[in-house]
Amino acid sequence: MSLLALLYILAAALFIMALKWMSSPATARRGVVSGEIGMLLAVVGTLMRHEVVSYEWIVGGLIVGAAIGVPLAILMPMTHVPQRTAISQACGALASALIGTAEYYRQYPKGFTMGALSLEILLGFLTFTASLMAFGKLNEMLPSRPITFKGQNYVNLLLLLVAVGIAISLIINPNQPMLFPIFVGIAMTFGVLLIIPIGGADMPTVIALLNSYAGLSASAMGFALDNKLLIIAGALDGSSGLILSIIMCRAMNRSFTNVLFGAFGQLQAAAVGGEVKPVRSASPEEAAQILESASSVVIIPGYGMAVAQAQHKIRELYDALTKKGVDVKFAVHPVAGRMPGHMNVLLAEADVPYDKLVEMDDINPEMGMTDVALIVGANDIVNPAAKNDPTSPIAGMPILDAYKARTVMIIKRGMAAGFAGIDNELYYAPNTLMLFGDAKSFVASLVKELAGGGH
Amino acid sequence: MNYEFGLYVFMLAAFIGFELIRRVSPLLHTPLMSLTNAIASISVVGAILVSGEEHASTLSRVLGFIAVVAATTNLVSGFLITDRMLKMFRKREPNTK
Repeated sequence: MSLLALLYILAAALFIMALKWMSSPATARRGVVSGEIGMLLAVVGTLMRHEVVSYEWIVGGLIVGAAIGVPLAILMPMTHVPQRTAISQACGALASALIGTAEYYRQYPKGFTMGALSLEILLGFLTFTASLMAFGKLNEMLPSRPITFKGQNYVNLLLLLVAVGIAISLIINPNQPMLFPIFVGIAMTFGVLLIIPIGGADMPTVIALLNSYAGLSASAMGFALDNKLLIIAGALDGSSGLILSIIMCRAMNRSFTNVLFGAFGQLQAAAVGGEVKPVRSASPEEAAQILESASSVVIIPGYGMAVAQAQHKIRELYDALTKKGVDVKFAVHPVAGRMPGHMNVLLAEADVPYDKLVEMDDINPEMGMTDVALIVGANDIVNPAAKNDPTSPIAGMPILDAYKARTVMIIKRGMAAGFAGIDNELYYAPNTLMLFGDAKSFVASLVKELAGGGH
Repeated sequence: MNYEFGLYVFMLAAFIGFELIRRVSPLLHTPLMSLTNAIASISVVGAILVSGEEHASTLSRVLGFIAVVAATTNLVSGFLITDRMLKMFRKREPNTK
């Protein structure tokens, strides 16, 4: 066995260990080191291959890539993690698409290799443009509401069929260099069309799905280049993205086919009743008093917390309440925010201990015994209509049972509906207090009240 | 037939991936995504092979170079930010009172 084969096998094993160690926060950092060593072995091994003779371009590329990558990782604020993931995914997918293109023009391969290459190129370019679109939406350079047009699914389906047709034609006869750019163009258009109908709240599913596509593209490259390490690493990424998107789908009660055809974001048309229902609101002083006299408080963060950058103030609130002997926990819905686990990262950044971040299934049974549920910038994920109203667009979506708490407090700018465009009956419940204002400044005044009124 | 062998490898790796990822706590889903994203930048291997070849055409060199840059960007930023995120996950308060 050659040294190269040994290095590749070691690298594959290290990648698998990296994922294994990611299962717990205690070992997760070891997982990163393992992944890094694996990648280093793979790169060094590849550089030593006898086919690789010219190094200027490679070394130049590695230096430029590192020069872009390091600031991207170090300077990016944590609230921008979804955007960074999208842009990084776009880079990975572009790399795999371009390698596929180069391979095509180099040898015009036939049969299975061409099939693998077409898949690599299709998924690569599609993920590249789709990730860029997702980046634009997450960064609010593009409107984050869904853009839909009539017959959208038929257009998408038609494009996909044409792409598959061209791929088959290329597999039969690869010597059609004119057809190839059309194939690339369709893949890129398809990526754009896939993302435009998707609204902001569906981003977690989509980001995870694109992650999966990027992995599958790398795996297809492994088949085209006959490289097992690429197949393994790509398959690991592919399955990880797939599982995460399935988890996200379940957390929104959507079917997986619904995601694959990109037909989301059609919920927003639901009619909102015109009548004005009374709500009870409270001032920071009143809210602080209730919080202070509670023995258990559950804080439910949503995307609004990220937008208002309120996580540090919420941590101060957590500190103030904990000091007064109140038991404070955080309830995190799987799809809260713009990517899987978004809320956890923001709260961890604000130094909230992670054992206080509780998953939906674990916190829901405790909700009935909770004195105060404090909802910060979340809406649909606590809307009881998902359980009570079978006609609601979010019917069947698992929610955090905030309504069961003795008192529900909702920090909100105004009475506007959430992403799904549906009214939230929780706002009008007799045990609900609306706290109107910006999440960050309202929580700051709560903290001030708690400090001032302290005994 | 080598493809057959490749398909076996793919299937086994995908199953291992499923089993391992299922065990990851939702707490770590964001760092998990950026880690697997970084691992997918293994395509840098392909990029090196394409751009380092002896008789590569100019097209191959240029495409290969861009691919090396893109994959390295993904790789470096992916691993660095994963570690940066994981550093923030602490069980207890850093300054114990």
